[in-house]
Amino acid sequence: MKSDHPHSKDPPKAQGSLHPHGLAESPAPGPREAPLLEVNHLTSRYGEVCALEDVSLRIWPGQFVAVIGPNGGGKTTLLRTMLGALRPHQGSVTLKGRPIRRDNLGKIGYVPQLEAIDWTFPITVEELLLMGLYRKNHWLRRIGKEDRKRLHQMMERLNLSGLGKRHIRELSGGQQQAAFLGRALMGEPDLILLDEPTAGLDIRSRDDVIHFLHEINHQGVAIVLTAHDLNWVAAHLPWVICLNRRVIAEGPPQQVLNPQVLQETYRGEMVVFQHDGMVMIGERPHFPASQA
Amino acid sequence: MLAPFQYEFFRHGFLAALLVGALCGLVGVYVVLRRMSYIGHGLAHALFGGAVLSSVVHVNFYIGAGIWALVAASLIHLIAYRRLVGADAAIGVVTTSSFAIGVAIVSTYRRFTRNIEAALFGNILGITRADLLVIAVIALVVLVTILMIRRQLLFSTFDPEVAAAYGISTGWTDFYFVILLAVTVVASTKILGVTLVAAAIVIPPVIARYLTRSFHSLLVVSPLIGALCGGVGMLLSFYLDISSAAMIVLTSAALFLVVEINLLLRKGVAS
Repeated sequence: MKSDHPHSKDPPKAQGSLHPHGLAESPAPGPREAPLLEVNHLTSRYGEVCALEDVSLRIWPGQFVAVIGPNGGGKTTLLRTMLGALRPHQGSVTLKGRPIRRDNLGKIGYVPQLEAIDWTFPITVEELLLMGLYRKNHWLRRIGKEDRKRLHQMMERLNLSGLGKRHIRELSGGQQQAAFLGRALMGEPDLILLDEPTAGLDIRSRDDVIHFLHEINHQGVAIVLTAHDLNWVAAHLPWVICLNRRVIAEGPPQQVLNPQVLQETYRGEMVVFQHDGMVMIGERPHFPASQA
Repeated sequence: MLAPFQYEFFRHGFLAALLVGALCGLVGVYVVLRRMSYIGHGLAHALFGGAVLSSVVHVNFYIGAGIWALVAASLIHLIAYRRLVGADAAIGVVTTSSFAIGVAIVSTYRRFTRNIEAALFGNILGITRADLLVIAVIALVVLVTILMIRRQLLFSTFDPEVAAAYGISTGWTDFYFVILLAVTVVASTKILGVTLVAAAIVIPPVIARYLTRSFHSLLVVSPLIGALCGGVGMLLSFYLDISSAAMIVLTSAALFLVVEINLLLRKGVAS
């Protein structure tokens, strides 16, 4: 991938950021322009179970956000509602000031959890990426030369050149994530939502994923992802939303990832310390406490 | 080898087997990938009620059974889509009720055994020129429709949640597909019978999945396998003097076994 990857020779200038990926370049919320996506007093239920309760937040153009929270805390529900795949029971979601509808769905890309994918489905990398062109190519329009050119450019950009005819199961974890990201990018979205993009990936693949995401973000695409690895979030993401059915806190990780907020979010005690300018989160061991 | 082709009934049956084999192989790709095999099986059984009723009221089979199948397919879709009960339960209720109507009519009018046998087990050698024409038109309509909505079908089959978020009306796509399946079952019933249609829909795509990793290749390979099994099954049926429908399904099953054993042997050699 051709990029200004922070681990490459020419890292982006961090401008005072504590983070290794030049987080200060990723815009933080501010009044300078209209929000890209707004969630207003959103409540969502599955039957009697309340998944989200009066959630309000804004995503700004070019912002890079992590949503953290416990299992069942409403992260995936929030993403699916932002995407327009779930209807809110109360409240609204707007994209550039307009309710999410079929005519503006094209501006949001979505990368599902890899664990939710049917890996036995007979589909090649090329076929997967071309799905992302659906909005432009529905009904009778054939895949044209321009589309093919775009496909090859995307595969090159995501380091997938030469893998187009392979079954998606034959890729490494990082490549699989890149392929699904490619499908989302083929529609040229303003915002990409990723549901746990690092779940089940080793350290190298996780590094590849954040590498791709930062490059895309530097090109102006806003990104919202959910994650469970708090240290990965603290190291790589400039803005964090703590969610447990409602928004507990949001802000830069240095401010938000503190014991009080984490206790309220996860209902569990965590140790937070700083090392080499980075926020680190650890679990408090059970044995000493129980022995005492 | 060419001896049976001197008979008109065989030529008609052979052509019908090729067409229906290819048609079931094409539609079967989506049935298998959507894990809807039970719907194919259920719709075929539901059709029995329509076939028997058409015979009683002297309505053309394709019209009577066709309307019956469309109503059954719509009911299944409606019940399953509203998610009040699971799709399998919806299919169970609609298809067994429909089949029971057929059985009730048979027990009341005890005088059309031959037609009932044809509906149950197929009567490929009784295929007329008119039947061939109807099957060809249905195959063409299904093919064109699938070509038109192939992207929606692929996306909504692979990743229905994301497909909906990309603006694909997954509910309508599912409905169109169930209707296509119902029409396919109607076209195939005279040849294979309600008891064996499901096998022609399921086995070719299952074999094809072993042979290709690409979805678009699957859409070509599966109908070819379906047509091949139809043709070979017809020839074997002539020479062995065994029911054509049974021979077509047994040919598919034998091919499946060969591919499966080959795969197991290759895996054994590799490990």
